[in-house]
Amino acid sequence: METLRPILAEHPFFKDLEERHLDLVAGCASNVRFKAGDFIFRHGEEANEFYLIREGLVAIEMFVTGRGAVNVQTIGEGQILGWSWLVPPYRWMFDAHALETTRAIALDGICLRNKSEQDHDLGYQLLKRFATIVQKDLDAARLQILNIYEVHA
Amino acid sequence: MIEAAKPDAMTPVFCRVLKTHQETRDTFTIDLEPPSGPQVLPFAPGQFNMLYVFGVGEVPISVSGDPRRTHTLVHTVREVGAVTQAMRRLKRGEVLGVRGPFGSSWPVEQAVGKDVVIVAGGIGLAPLRPAIYSILAHRQEYGRVVLLYGTRTPEDILFRKELERWRARLDLSVHVTVDRALASWRGSVGVVTTIIPRAHFDSNNALAMICGPEAMMSFTVLELENRGVGLEHIYVSTERNMKCAIGFCGHCQLGPKFICKDGPVFPYDRIRQFFEIREI
Ligand SMILES: Cc1cc2nc3c(=O)[nH]c(=O)nc-3n(C[C@H](O)[C@H](O)[C@H](O)COP(=O)(O)OP(=O)(O)OC[C@H]3O[C@@H](n4cnc5c(N)ncnc54)[C@H](O)[C@@H]3O)c2cc1C
Ligand code: FES
Repeated sequence: METLRPILAEHPFFKDLEERHLDLVAGCASNVRFKAGDFIFRHGEEANEFYLIREGLVAIEMFVTGRGAVNVQTIGEGQILGWSWLVPPYRWMFDAHALETTRAIALDGICLRNKSEQDHDLGYQLLKRFATIVQKDLDAARLQILNIYEVHA
Repeated sequence: MIEAAKPDAMTPVFCRVLKTHQETRDTFTIDLEPPSGPQVLPFAPGQFNMLYVFGVGEVPISVSGDPRRTHTLVHTVREVGAVTQAMRRLKRGEVLGVRGPFGSSWPVEQAVGKDVVIVAGGIGLAPLRPAIYSILAHRQEYGRVVLLYGTRTPEDILFRKELERWRARLDLSVHVTVDRALASWRGSVGVVTTIIPRAHFDSNNALAMICGPEAMMSFTVLELENRGVGLEHIYVSTERNMKCAIGFCGHCQLGPKFICKDGPVFPYDRIRQFFEIREI
């Protein structure tokens, strides 16, 4: 069977990950494809995976009473979608749906959580990488709230 | 040391308004005809003019037109206060005072042979447009060319038709993102830094030009640095209040530099330590 290991090894997210850890991660990976309009996950559902987007565009949406679905962020090629699988209670806080045909590698969160419990080094490596993503999302959200392109009269 | 100004640098020439065109709800483009007929003073991409609305005041505005189209002087302006509002109200045939062009320019020549990453925030696309025109006019001399543009909402997208034409070209990759949008928007959402990871360029051989609000430029620099672009290859365009535009009055001082004549375009590594100074 063709393994996704070489693709994972090249992805910046897994840069400098030890060979044995790459093997463990590759064992939890599978290829997925979504059509435009498909939901990848929905608010409140159990969060048991994350995705490396290889092609396409995914909208993260929140439902706002009176306004309907509001697109708060999009995730595209090369980016990571989802970190709720890592943090209890492992539930999605948003909806995610594909705006275009989207190809991704899905990483099974339960599989990775189990392996991380057995191998804390792997857990640390993953946490370190996700901490960067969480921080970037936070920075971006702050910039959005600031509305950086606004003229302040 | 402050250089002596050219004797005519403080005297405006009178240009006639050919037309104004509303770009978005708060931004318009104004086309001017220079007094000497169909020959505009040559300008380099990134340079600005001091535009004087009679009886109201004078403000620095970058040239947003094509450097090769020499018969019309084009500026794109966001209405924020007295002068820019008065400018918006000017009718065809009315007269505006113009001094310039002033300042440093985008390094379009240093970028030859490299991949070019252009990052614009909001009205910052206007001062970058002449650089885009110049690069496209000599497209074969550059590697990959990427334009990343972030603005508030889909309604605030500047030069929409032109962006669509550029997006259709196979030799230019255009990514537009907005801060917020309804679900009907099919494009990217998120500040401009969030689309940098999606852009294809060789960070070891890239030159970046950034123009937008300072917070946006700081975060963009961090993200480009993260991608491996050297700070000496990142250029930013800075803004400060201006009066003389020739290095006399000190209004635009940023540490030892004068934005009006040493800038507005600087390599980031040269102004890094002054960049985050809040107000001068
Ligand atoms: C080198 C240089 C190039 C520039 N190029 C352009 C350009 O191409 N297009 C363009 O629209 N503007 C450009 N600007 C900014 C422009 O000069 C100012 O927006 C203008 O001076 C405002 O004048 P005003 O009299 O209309 O507003 P003011 O009465 O001076 O200001 C009204 C309000 O808007 C705020 N304000 C003023 N300027 C800005 C600003 N730049 N950003 C955020 N808030 C501001 C003020 O704090 C004030 O609260 C440039 C500035 C510089 C220094
Ligand atoms: S505007 Fe007077 S010194 Fe720069």
